[in-house]
Amino acid sequence: MNYWAIFKKGIFEQNPIFRLALSLCPALAVTSNVFSALGMGMAVMFVITSNNVIVSIVRRWVNPKVRVPVFITIIATIVTLTQLLLEAFLPALYKELGIYLALIVVFAIILARAEVFAMKNGIVPSFFDGLGMGAGFALAMLAVGTIREVFGTGAFLGIPVLPASYNGPLILILAPGAFMVIGLMIGMFNVIGQWQDKRAEEKQKANQLTVQRGEA
Amino acid sequence: MTEAKLDLGKLSVSASPHIRCDESIAKIMWMVNLALAPAALFSIYRFGWSSLTIMVLCIVAAVVTEYAIQKWQGKPVTINDGSAFLTGLLLAMNIPSTLPWYMPVFGSIVAIAIAKHTMGGLGFNIFNPALVGRAVLLASWPVAMTKWPTMTSQIDGMTSATPLGILKLQGYEKLVEVFGDKMTMYKSLFLGSRSGSMGETAAILLILGGVFLIYRGYIKWQVPVVMIGTVGVLTAVFGQDPIMHMMSGGLILGAFFMATDMVTIPITVKGQVVFAAGAGALTVLIRLLGGYPEGVCYAILLMNAVTPLIDLGFKPRKFGARR
Repeated sequence: MNYWAIFKKGIFEQNPIFRLALSLCPALAVTSNVFSALGMGMAVMFVITSNNVIVSIVRRWVNPKVRVPVFITIIATIVTLTQLLLEAFLPALYKELGIYLALIVVFAIILARAEVFAMKNGIVPSFFDGLGMGAGFALAMLAVGTIREVFGTGAFLGIPVLPASYNGPLILILAPGAFMVIGLMIGMFNVIGQWQDKRAEEKQKANQLTVQRGEA
Repeated sequence: MTEAKLDLGKLSVSASPHIRCDESIAKIMWMVNLALAPAALFSIYRFGWSSLTIMVLCIVAAVVTEYAIQKWQGKPVTINDGSAFLTGLLLAMNIPSTLPWYMPVFGSIVAIAIAKHTMGGLGFNIFNPALVGRAVLLASWPVAMTKWPTMTSQIDGMTSATPLGILKLQGYEKLVEVFGDKMTMYKSLFLGSRSGSMGETAAILLILGGVFLIYRGYIKWQVPVVMIGTVGVLTAVFGQDPIMHMMSGGLILGAFFMATDMVTIPITVKGQVVFAAGAGALTVLIRLLGGYPEGVCYAILLMNAVTPLIDLGFKPRKFGARR
């Protein structure tokens, strides 16, 4: 298997937020500034990768009938670990994320990757799948967080980037702004996806034509 | 008795419908714009040239956004039908004339691009675009959106609260005191010499425009009457001054021009009455119990959201079907 392909599909083709529309709750709740968005993205990336690896290791001994409770227990363990680590070493981020850190346990994307990928694949592909999905999630969080913070407050990571006279729409930092930004981003990704499909189709047709000509 | 001659030229074979009226989307939309014109002109007279600037900004932004989106999507461009023009004008009527230029532009773009075209364009939007634009502006710049030009002076920069704002914060006695006495207050509210959004002040001109639309048959009289009536009855029940409540805020503008938007209200008259009563009741709830002094905008938007539900409940009976 091509590890690069496994890694890459999580970034664009199957981006958790923009293409699969999974785990929209954190994408709406903690993206009002770049700092917490990126922190949440990184935390999820860590959890999803470790979870994929562990599930992949234990999958032979797990009875399929009880796999979901087992997954949840593993995820909860990793999340608790992350929570304690953040509280110890990054208390600012820990405070910022609040309840949403504990909520990582029930993020759909983590359970989905364990169920769809790690349960059926070896340790190394599972690791890259988790890494790719986590990176896609973190990048999406970063994109939404950047748009909301820069255009809502005129700053990036708290550092002003737009002129002080910029008086941005407050709605971007509020909940309805999150819905609007994510909706428009999903729309944009759909347009790009359609455009790519169309191009791939045309390429295939062109290839077929050359093959036919070659035969003739 | 003369023998009827068969005029073959007049016999044409075609598919139904055979009888057409001369109404069209464009005609209706421009008529609504015309009905709004007196109140719009009055707002220029009342609030000065800044009012005209805001109106032009809103309308131009709305029309340009509509053009850009329809061009980009490869749909037929329908900027001449007046619907984008109307959205811009209605949005301008709903905001104070003291806003800096980018706020009305942002509101118009949101109204057309997000409230109208992400739903599929004219006829598919579930929420009234102008009201969505206003709600977004209110959430985005709450301070600028609640600074109103004063009632007594037209000097830029002088601001004061709307009658409903005074009522909310300082009580009814203070409100009467501001105007002098009760009769003066009613007169001021009726003739429009009070602070407020650009197009909502002149009750009489708005009613005139609304009556014109009712006469033309574009809106049902039941909607504004029921909505304003509900507000009057409920405020009287709660021990408030119903006449003041019925004439202040954006109620008259909302009841005649926005609650009656053909796209976003129920289809049957019965459904529309329910819609109007709901919008009126929500307005009173927000005004008396909510955190905002005025609630017409949110009341109509909330009722827009339940319009499909109302339509389900008031399906006309098929001819011959059992009750």
